[in-house]
Amino acid sequence: MPGLFLLEEKGRDRGKMSRIKKLFETKQANVLNVYCTAGYPQLDSTLKVMKALQDNGADLIELGMPYSDPLADGPIIQHSSSVAIKNGMTIPVLFEQLKNWRHNNSSSGAGGLILMGYMNPVLQYGFEKFCADAASVGVDGLILPDLPEYEFETEYGAIIKKYGLDFIFLVTPETSEERIKKLDALSTGFLYAVSSSSTTGSDKNMTDVNAYLQRLKSYELKNPVLVGFGIKDKATFETACNNANGAIIGTAYIRALENSDDVSKTTKEFLDKVLR
Amino acid sequence: MSTTTYQQPSLQGYYGKFGGAYIPEMLHRNVEELRNRYLEIMQEASFQKEFQELLKDYVGRPTPLYLAKRLSKEFNTQIYLKREDLNHTGAHKINNTVGQILLAERLGKKRIIAETGAGQHGVATATVCALKGVECIVYMGEKDIERQAPNVARMKILGAKVIPATSGSKTLKDATNEAIRDWINNPNDTHYIIGSVVGPHPYPDMVAKFQSVISEEMRWQLKEKTGSELPTHVLACVGGGSNAAGAFYHFLDELSVQLIAVEAAGHGVNSGLSAATTQLGKPGVLHGSKSLVMQTADGQVVEPHSISAGLDYPGIGPLHAHLYESGRAEFLSATDEEALEAAFHLAKIEGIIPALESAHALAVLNCRRFQPADVVVVCLSGRGDKDLAAYMQHL
Repeated sequence: MPGLFLLEEKGRDRGKMSRIKKLFETKQANVLNVYCTAGYPQLDSTLKVMKALQDNGADLIELGMPYSDPLADGPIIQHSSSVAIKNGMTIPVLFEQLKNWRHNNSSSGAGGLILMGYMNPVLQYGFEKFCADAASVGVDGLILPDLPEYEFETEYGAIIKKYGLDFIFLVTPETSEERIKKLDALSTGFLYAVSSSSTTGSDKNMTDVNAYLQRLKSYELKNPVLVGFGIKDKATFETACNNANGAIIGTAYIRALENSDDVSKTTKEFLDKVLR
Repeated sequence: MSTTTYQQPSLQGYYGKFGGAYIPEMLHRNVEELRNRYLEIMQEASFQKEFQELLKDYVGRPTPLYLAKRLSKEFNTQIYLKREDLNHTGAHKINNTVGQILLAERLGKKRIIAETGAGQHGVATATVCALKGVECIVYMGEKDIERQAPNVARMKILGAKVIPATSGSKTLKDATNEAIRDWINNPNDTHYIIGSVVGPHPYPDMVAKFQSVISEEMRWQLKEKTGSELPTHVLACVGGGSNAAGAFYHFLDELSVQLIAVEAAGHGVNSGLSAATTQLGKPGVLHGSKSLVMQTADGQVVEPHSISAGLDYPGIGPLHAHLYESGRAEFLSATDEEALEAAFHLAKIEGIIPALESAHALAVLNCRRFQPADVVVVCLSGRGDKDLAAYMQHL
């Protein structure tokens, strides 16, 4: 593959510790990752939303790249994706927006940034180019729920690693112990524990979730564990944090943004309710 | 060295570079269970016995291979029609649903979900669920529910619950998304009966195997009628590609047989209103497998167009993407208008009203020059009853 070495130059210094890893070195409990869809509610909302999340207590930001057919997501997040696509959000537009993010936030010690999305748009952009450009605008990790572990091991994992990006696999209560250990071994950054087999935005029985999280804990995994799906307020966040390193909020936040005319204010109010 | 033939995908479900199982972890256990067990179950003697009996006594197989004499004379060749339109419920779709309901039963699943576009696969699924007394939920795009009222009624009469897909473009692609989401949310008791050779591995292979009865019968029927098991040409229409997969299957590795797949060109391949995926699509991932997908430059899946709801899908099964790329099959297309014309023509000279889907395959007979000694088999995948509304507009 010619051109590989040229791209290598753009890649992040591999010796450097990832921002996500650094975060978990200093904070092992109550880590909050908030999901938002890039280009939602308006095309230029992305950076405002990210800034507001960072200023009001989110430790990690998970930025969704909108896709027309998001299989793992429920209706709320799919709707936000449709709106974002209509707003004109694409991967090139997103990278253009993100160019200024690290620069403007260097002094305040910006936190970890994860891109979440589906394989098809990434493949159209070009998988290696995507990783190279993501790393160069300061993205730390990737969540691609429909990238299977076989293809990760045989093809894509090496490219992701080459650009110093973390890759986060999902596990569910239906995932076998053997497979959880394998996905943990392949993941860097953290492991994403889906609280029950479901799409995003469904209600969960938190007692069952606790038993599952305790089971995960007993496996002594190498990665920290963040819980997602069904985390929507202070109570569910705290319950999740009792048995994991933190949690991920998505749908509830998107719902709050839906009717917002001031994303900064809405974000502050939303996070205050979860964290205070 | 690769051991894959055109028939058999690799262990990971690849036909060449297409296939695989691009699914979120929430689906892994169910898909893995299917992958580990489908071949073993399908080979069980008790499964085969029940499957063959149902195909014979319930579906009405074998379907005739009919030498269409007047049509043959017109083209100065020998044209045989494989009469899948004579199956119970009116199309080839039931070959697959009979197979999958028996598989679901052996997997201990109590609830069946399916997606449907025109409603043919939904009806075929509702039918076998009624046969087995199993709960049946069919996802159908809100727009398709409006367009296909008779099939919605049939599904309801058969006891199925029809749930409108209201997300995205509200058609087949979105009904498929909703069915997959249902499966994610019901991981224990539910089996998803996919209607075409699409979806994550093992679906493309499993559905192709259930549909392969079409070409299995063609071989011995041709032997009886012509003295040779092999035709010179097999023609079939392709949306997702299940009838074509079934009609091609036992000829895939017989390289003397020319395979011709016919896509729906809609208003014309370059009109912006088309469903000719091999002409307009690029490699991508849709509904769990890597294949050719109609999409924007940014990788958003686009809504196709065809007068035939069964061909109105922005992807194509990974087997067909491989047949296209390798050149094993030739891909042609027919417009809405050409398909309508072919349907009316067949009705007039052979007394058979075909489904609009099947009419696409008939329409390309015009584009080819055949020899008098050629044996051309056209898969007549379904009957035209469901398309009467469209036909009435063109009387």
